[in-house]
Amino acid sequence: MSEQAGGSSVPGRTGSVLLDVQDLEVRYGAIAAIKGISFHVEQGEIVALLGANGAGKTTTQKTVSGMLRPAAGSITFDGQRIDGIPPHKLIDLGICHVPEGRHVFPRMTVEENLAMGAFRFRSPDQDVLAHVLDLFPRLKERYGQQSGTLSGGEQQMLAIGRALMGKPRLLLLDEPSMGLAPLIVQQIFDIVRSINADGVSILLVEQNARQALSLADRGYVLETGELVLAGSGRELLADDRIRAAYLGEELAS
Amino acid sequence: MSEFLNFLMLGLTRGSMYALIALGYTLVYGVLQLINFAHSEVFMAGAFGSFLVVHLVVGEGEGLGGFEQLLVTLLGLVAGAISGAVVAFVLERVAYRPLRRRGAPKLAFLISAIGASFFLSQLFGKLFNRLGNNQFPDYLHKGEVLWTPFGARIKLLQVVIIISAVLLMIFLDRLVSGTKLGRGIRATAEDAPTAALMGVDIDRTISRTFIIGGALAGAAGFLFGYAFVFSNTMGFIPGIKAFAAAVLGGIGNIRGAMIGGLLLGVAENLIPTAPWVGGDAWIGQEWTDVVAFVLLILILVFRPTGILGERLGRAA
Ligand SMILES: Nc1ncnc2c1ncn2[C@@H]1O[C@H](COP(=O)(O)OP(=O)(O)O)[C@@H](O)[C@H]1O
Ligand SMILES: [Mg+2]
Repeated sequence: MSEQAGGSSVPGRTGSVLLDVQDLEVRYGAIAAIKGISFHVEQGEIVALLGANGAGKTTTQKTVSGMLRPAAGSITFDGQRIDGIPPHKLIDLGICHVPEGRHVFPRMTVEENLAMGAFRFRSPDQDVLAHVLDLFPRLKERYGQQSGTLSGGEQQMLAIGRALMGKPRLLLLDEPSMGLAPLIVQQIFDIVRSINADGVSILLVEQNARQALSLADRGYVLETGELVLAGSGRELLADDRIRAAYLGEELAS
Repeated sequence: MSEFLNFLMLGLTRGSMYALIALGYTLVYGVLQLINFAHSEVFMAGAFGSFLVVHLVVGEGEGLGGFEQLLVTLLGLVAGAISGAVVAFVLERVAYRPLRRRGAPKLAFLISAIGASFFLSQLFGKLFNRLGNNQFPDYLHKGEVLWTPFGARIKLLQVVIIISAVLLMIFLDRLVSGTKLGRGIRATAEDAPTAALMGVDIDRTISRTFIIGGALAGAAGFLFGYAFVFSNTMGFIPGIKAFAAAVLGGIGNIRGAMIGGLLLGVAENLIPTAPWVGGDAWIGQEWTDVVAFVLLILILVFRPTGILGERLGRAA
């Protein structure tokens, strides 16, 4: 819960664009879920993607990680077009996705789940493993236990730890605080901050807007498949429309 | 007692072959949630493939010594496994993958499987003149009795089949639980989209799962063809029984398939011949198949998730 230094001191930040999404459209059959959005993530940034349920946050992340194919638009990662590349190849570029709902492998042990995160390597990197277990001491305690028996918070830690085993350059986090107790949520956000401090760029999807924006360098607000607001974390936190949304009122757009 | 042991050995012999075939059903079900009904023809292909290779290499092989018998067995197992693996690989490519690409409904897979099954059976029938009773030369001296504990007659052939099957099952168990390929297979079975996020190539993993299941069924085809006779329709009954065994153990559960196979083999041989000690059979050996299928029905009605429950794949 310690306040860390402001974003500008984060190592690895060069101001160069790591992920660039242009005019992205994604459909589920006849339904257009994403209707032409553009955003980017710079090297070393935490970018928050906010929006109500059904706004299209998950769809956007799934398209970036290759789980969905865009109907139109382009996705560029580190200067390379990546739209249409299947997820099992995308991870080799260093895009690691912690999906909504955690999706740990419930019948595998914690150890095996972490090993799955390093599947793209010949064998798991022991230094990374040690680092992950340092970040999440609970996982060390539960190392040989079946993951399906873990608590929600522990599963979220495992899902993040598993993604770190893949040595991400860009980490996609989809609602990591969903359904967790406030204390655990705080822990998770602290760890997200420290992962970013290690130089990993992060695209963070959250409904917990206040916490996400206080962590993020910049943020975007999605509404039914369209971007309605963009700005620095501080600006968005001060924005009336965001404040309105906090109070559960309609976004004025 | 002696009759009990005789039927127990017969049950274990048949059961270990059911188990080998059942593993293929369960592995494929794990990754695709699909019963590969053409699997029985993969088993049949193993018998023909191993026969062709072994006969080509060894000929009639009269009066083989112990070491040569071991080599013949190994050659048969390897040839059967390769034949089964090749047929299963092609089967997945031709009969299933195109449907998967198109997102076809489950029923389409079932129909494709039945079509592939008929095709393979008829193809081998055509190639081998539809003989109902092709036979291996008697390399292992089938009639030869190895031991006679309590007056029972335990044959070399039975011991060879059980040991081969058990070794193959141990090998598979290690492969699935202890290797990266095995982890990929389990991850695909538990949650394929997430496995893909971890870098697992789902198509390739499915292909390899068919190859592994096909190799086991092909090896079983050799053992079965060697113990009995083989024909282009030999797959039907053992195939259904192995499917029953997979369901018995919990479809999708690897150890369940092994236990289910052995249990089914023993049950179908011991139950109809009880009481063994008195000598007079109870309902008689001709009821073997009836017992096997009644067991399948009972399991489906009272415990559809099988003895160990679905384990490799998602919960039912
Ligand atoms: N598999 C799907 N099939 C059809 N529509 C979907 C599917 N997944 C999501 N949608 C629709 O797409 C829209 C965006 O969903 P999603 O990306 O999950 O939103 P969010 O993550 O912001 O809650 C919603 O209207 C949702 O109903
Ligand atoms: Mg979502």
